[in-house]
Amino acid sequence: MATRYWEDVTVGDEVPELRKPCISQQLVLWAAGSGDFYQIHYDKDFAQSTGLPGVIVHGAFKHAFLGHLVHDWAGNTGFIKTLSCSYRGMDPVNKEIRIRGVVKSKRVEDGEHLVDLEIWTETQEGQRTTPGSAVVRLPSKG
Amino acid sequence: MTIPAPSVITGEMRAAVGVESEPYPVEVTTSHVRLFARAVGHTDPVYYDEDAARAAGYRNLPAPPGYLGTPIFDPTKCDPTFGAPRRGVRSFHVPYRRVLNGGTEIEYHDTICAGDRLMMSSRIASFDEKVGSLGPMLITVTETLYRDEAGKLVALMRGTMIQY
Repeated sequence: MATRYWEDVTVGDEVPELRKPCISQQLVLWAAGSGDFYQIHYDKDFAQSTGLPGVIVHGAFKHAFLGHLVHDWAGNTGFIKTLSCSYRGMDPVNKEIRIRGVVKSKRVEDGEHLVDLEIWTETQEGQRTTPGSAVVRLPSKG
Repeated sequence: MTIPAPSVITGEMRAAVGVESEPYPVEVTTSHVRLFARAVGHTDPVYYDEDAARAAGYRNLPAPPGYLGTPIFDPTKCDPTFGAPRRGVRSFHVPYRRVLNGGTEIEYHDTICAGDRLMMSSRIASFDEKVGSLGPMLITVTETLYRDEAGKLVALMRGTMIQY
């Protein structure tokens, strides 16, 4: 993975998009990976018994997808200082979601070269169900 | 003019704000880092191959973003559905039936890698009330702190729960 330097980043840059199919197999893998076995995320009958239309994607899974986006952009010489998001809309199983981001600002604070990213997940119809933000420290060419 | 609903935040709840729970052990293992990375769909070899991780400057496989280790499962202490220890922050009876996960925020202070043993503890950071499109709601922010064996804070997770 190539090193991304702070000097090479421009406000307005788009973070290369990721797409996640959110098929049931992936939700089951996430249940195991996260330890969250709440049935609304893999059992349709259970989900419907709680009043949901069907199985929905875990909120924290979308947070981790945003982490994937930011990791692949920042690389292993970057350091994610904060990764945040709000859950504004439910995403159903088997609907592909897009994970996107844009550079909002750059700053140097206490000697750290920081980039503020606006990040979000969106449906194929363009609805942002998980808006968020990240602060990343990048290496500087000095 | 609407009459504000009476507050559901009791004195007992206010007194619980900021009180940190007993620390609980969390482990970060190579197998679980791989499983988490695989679930998310990560393709960077640092999450799977120890040589690649070391070549990239890590002590061992790094924890992918969002993974803060796994609480050591003990069937007498942990919730069977969520795996986390039951004795975390206290829960209080409020007159709302429905719960939404409002959001997740993680602050990282250091890199977490496989082989690390952390201690987690939780506290209620705030209670807040709002009237939104869903009606009156109680917003609870919980903070979980992750410390290394030297007691240094390595990560802080802030979760927002909405009851309405």
